[in-house]
Parts: sequence; structure tokens; C-alpha cells
Amino acid sequence: MEIKVDKKTCTGCGLCKKACLYDAIDIIDGKAAINENCVFCGACVDVCRFNSIEISGIDEEEKDFSGYSGVCVYLEANGKTVSDVGFELVSKGRELAGKLGVKLTALAVGSGIKESAMEAFDYGLDKLYLADSPVFSNNIDDIFSRILVKTIAKYKPEIFLAGATWFGRTLIPKVAAILRTGLTADCTGLEIDEEKKILLQTRPTFGGNILATIITRNVRPQMATVRPHVMEKKKNKGSSKNYEDRIEHIKVERSEFKTEYNLIGVDRELNENINITDYDVVVSGGRGLGGSEKFSMLEELAGLLGGVVGASRAAVDSGWISYPHQVGQTGKTVNPKIYIACGISGAIQHLAGMQTSDIIIAVNKDPDASIFEVANYGVVGDLFEVVPMLIKRIKSGKPLI
Amino acid sequence: MIKVKIIVCIKQVPGSTEIKIDPETNTLKREGIENIMNPLDSYAIEEAVRLKERFNDKDIEVTAITMGPPQSEEILREAVSLGADSAVLLSDRAFAGADTWATASTLARGIKKIGDCRLIILGKQTIDGDTGQVGPELAQKMKIPFLGYVSGIEKLDKNKIKLKRLMEDRYENFEISLPAAISVIKDINVPRVPSLKGKVKAKNAVIPVWGKKEIEADEKEVGLSGSYTKVVKIFTPRIRHETKMIEGAIEEKVEELNKILKQLNVV
Repeated sequence: MEIKVDKKTCTGCGLCKKACLYDAIDIIDGKAAINENCVFCGACVDVCRFNSIEISGIDEEEKDFSGYSGVCVYLEANGKTVSDVGFELVSKGRELAGKLGVKLTALAVGSGIKESAMEAFDYGLDKLYLADSPVFSNNIDDIFSRILVKTIAKYKPEIFLAGATWFGRTLIPKVAAILRTGLTADCTGLEIDEEKKILLQTRPTFGGNILATIITRNVRPQMATVRPHVMEKKKNKGSSKNYEDRIEHIKVERSEFKTEYNLIGVDRELNENINITDYDVVVSGGRGLGGSEKFSMLEELAGLLGGVVGASRAAVDSGWISYPHQVGQTGKTVNPKIYIACGISGAIQHLAGMQTSDIIIAVNKDPDASIFEVANYGVVGDLFEVVPMLIKRIKSGKPLI
Repeated sequence: MIKVKIIVCIKQVPGSTEIKIDPETNTLKREGIENIMNPLDSYAIEEAVRLKERFNDKDIEVTAITMGPPQSEEILREAVSLGADSAVLLSDRAFAGADTWATASTLARGIKKIGDCRLIILGKQTIDGDTGQVGPELAQKMKIPFLGYVSGIEKLDKNKIKLKRLMEDRYENFEISLPAAISVIKDINVPRVPSLKGKVKAKNAVIPVWGKKEIEADEKEVGLSGSYTKVVKIFTPRIRHETKMIEGAIEEKVEELNKILKQLNVV
């Protein structure tokens, strides 16, 4: 592989240097020079107005993928219920399958999940592969990967999508590695290149400052994990009501129960609600809260709104609230309908974990806080006045003015 | 006595807080960006060093490894200053453009060359790529189990590790056989700062640089050639909206917030 600058046409304008994410271009003697940081991403090629940069030697052999067809979605379950992200992906999968003119299937793996998994038909599913067995009552990586690999290898979908949940983000790379295919993590956009009939996978990178569109090269299926709550759930009922006929049971052999992962116990009964990725409303507190006792105020507000409490890194590091509440690159990525940031300045790592929320409301006493740059609504003010008054207002139902 | 070898995979990344977009040209402002060790990797190093201290110091050897351009050596020295016994740099022009799979392939080759590895520790994800995929892909490549989001290690001996991982709504306790790979989260420890002794050790450390020849990798399995995915476009996200600042006396602000929440059907 090689990247070359045509010294005759290069004007040394520096556009490529600015576009480079990797600090791989120097302007030497008025010409662009590529250094060893280059990863061949092609950003410079795209911005060059003089077509002076060329990447060559990428071995793109044409392979025949006619044996692969259809879009398949993994329906991850939590207990007996399929997680929402599964239905979001079925909705998105319907659109992608429509553009490709292919079938939409889903694979549900769990214990006692049939009823919940059948709901996927309401979102336009053509066929459900169901692996329903007590052996799947806990998320054991190798047992799950075996059933996914087996199903994908048998039915050969051209596209396979799964939720970018924490389990998904450890399980699916394992599956992709066994299948020896590419995987794009934590996508927020999926489209079909209608000319080439391939999947364009767009994902945030560099803490959400940059979006990268990625393709799977000469392997199939094209696999992606997709950020929960980004794709919209859309009901799309098929003509036939006879869903039962459209279920294919995936048999599990006893030999497939073998595991290297010895699960000793699951601790679900925690004293606090840490499942912050699963709520429509997240009320988060940051440094501005000043202490752990103040989080009870946010808990009350979250309770009134049917939400849950999140936190910035500063609040967690100060020991005011436990780590599973942390939103951001170091913690969890959340995507609620409403994110209320209280006393959070908006460090880039925090923004990376919440900026795709539908509506962001920020309360901060500093009018220059960067959280206001991503907020839909901003209130400059003392959160110790604003939040209690808001709680009172919601509870009483009586106008303040 | 055979040592338990722990390998920590780290990566050099741009100090992300400094990455800003130039609003006029819509390109990245790179001026003054320093490269740093991926902050989430510091928990991986710390945990390896703590395991060494918790069990018998002499029985555990910690090696830091990274794949990257030559200047990535800086973070390996940092790893040594934080308590790693040795470090290895995988660097070759042929490694450029690697996706997570090609990175995992390269690391697997490097780790194989180091030999006798019992435990691989990684950070949850890097703050530039944000994928978290290298760990599980590396483990699969080496045919060993992987557990992600580990928040605590309870026990470690030559053959087994007992640990706890965090999922969105629960903790799960596992015991797995070694060799194995894990990724750790911030909850697991508070990383130390380098000691003076550590800094001296880091300064004097000899860090071997292995290219594709040394790790016996084929051109086709590393870098962009060995990647199953490829970036076709990089762009800056469109700013979705204007921020509406709610003005007025505090009562007016709260009244407006209540109205917004009502419109959003949550009150």
C-alpha cells in the first residue's frame, strides 16, 4: 500500500494537513509530505482540490457474495424480555432489507423469550430464528457465540446487526472473529449504497467529534453493533397473521452447552437503579452538585419524570455516586429522549456519552459551560434553586406565575 | 518456578479534550494536541501491577505492549514508570490503517512472540476509536476466553481467575481458566502516579521494536491489507439545533422548563 503526493500539482495549501486526524501530513518546502502516522484513511484525498494525493495498492479482490442474502438482526434478551434495541434494529432492518429487496430475519436467544420475540413481527420481520432453552438463561459468552455463529453460518445473511449493549459489544466481536468477518462498533447510522448494494456503517469516533463511515471489505456478512435508542421503532405489520409458521426453531445440542465461563452468581438486587441506559429520561449531576446528599434531589426529579439518575465523571470521582451511574466515555453511553444535565460543565468525554440524546436540557450557573453547546434548552442559574422549585412545580401542578 | 506473565495492551491516542473543530473550515484543529496514553488503559496497567503486588511479586511479570508509530514508545516508558517490568513496541509501516481485526492479529503475533502469557488486560476501549473490539477479537484469535467490563479481580492463581463484570443493570461473578483476556473499567482501581524510582527505570528501559518480520506476520494479515473494514468517509457531525436559552426570573425559567417537560409528555 502506498500514498503519494504529486509534487507537481500540490500547492502546499495545507487543506490536507487540516483534514488529517492523525497528524500525518507536514508541509515541507511548500509541498505536502506524508509521514509515518498515516493510516490511509483517505481524508486528505477527499479534501484535496488539486487531486494531488493518491492511495494505491489496496488489494480489493472481487469476491462472489451471491451465497449471502438477507438482513438478520440479533434480538438480545434481558430475562424473558427482548431489549428494545432489538425492535429498533428490526425496524431499521426492514428499511435496509427493502432497499436491497431481500428478506429480514431475526435471531432470538434466551430462555422463555418466545412471546416477547414474536413482537418483532409487528415491526416487519419476515422470519424468526428462535433458540429458546434454559441453557440461555444467563449471558454466557461462548454458549451464545456458538449459537450465533451456527445460525449465521447456516443462513448466510449479507448483513448482521446487533445492539451495542455491553454484552453485545463483547459477544459480537467474538462472533465476528470466529466467522472471520468485519465488525463496526457502536454505529449511529446505517444506509445502503444502492449502487454497490453494500452497507454503509456510520459511527462516532474521537469522542463523537468525528463521524466515520465504514464499509466491510471483501468478507461477509457485514456486521455492525448499533447504539441503542438511536434507530426508531416503527410498527410495520405484514399481511399474514400466521406468525407461528414463520418461526424456525434452532436446535441446541447438549455438546453446545459446554462453557469455559463458570458463572458463579449474578447480583441484580442492588440498592440503587444503575440501569441508566434503559430509561427515557436521565437526570444527571456533576461537579456543581457539591456533595452526595444533593443527589437525592435529582433522584426525586428523576422519579417524577419516570427516569433515572446519571452522573458526570467528576461526581463519581468525588465519591458522591457510584460508578455504574457514570455517563461518558469512561462510563456508559446513554441515549434517552430527555437528558437533564445539572451542574455538569460538559467535558468532551461526558458529551461523547450523551450527545445523541433526543432533547438535552442543561442547568448550570456558568453561562459559558460547554454543555450549553449541545443543549436544546439551557438555563443559566443556581441548580439548588432551579431543581427544588421545579420539583415543587411538578408536584403541585400549580403555576408559579 | 514459572512466572505468571501478564500482558497489558495499551494505545497512544490524541489527548482528546484538545480536539476541537474549526468552525470556519469545519476541520479539526490539531494545534497543540499532545499524544497521551489512552486514559482507560491506565486502569489496565494499574490492575496488572496490583496483581503483582497482591500476590507474590516475584511470581508475576508484567509486560506492556502497543502497536503504533515509533513515538508510541513514550507510553510504553510511562507503563514501565507505573510498574510494568518490560515493554514491547510493535511498529512497522505495514501495520498502518489496521482496523480492530488487523490490530488484534498483530497484537496476537506479538504476544505469541513474548510467549507464556497467562493473562491479557486491556482498557474498556480507547478514547479515539471507541470500539472496545480489540480485546474480544484478540482473545478469539488466540482461542482464549474474554471477559469485558471487569470491575474487580477476586482471585488469581496460575490456572484460574475469579472476577466480577459489570453489565448495564447487574454484576456477574465468573471464574475462568487461564490463559484469558479481560478488559477493565474505571471502577476497578485508582491508578497511581509514577514514582521517582519508576521514572528512572523507565528512562533506562530497553524497549524492543518488532516489525512484521520479527513477529512473523504476513503482509496480508496486518494493517489495511489485513483489515476487514475500511473507513470510506470522515466528516464532522452537523450541529443539529440551536440552543434555546431560557431567560427571565427564576420562576419564569422553572415555569418554562415545566412547560417543555409537559410538551415532552413526562409530567
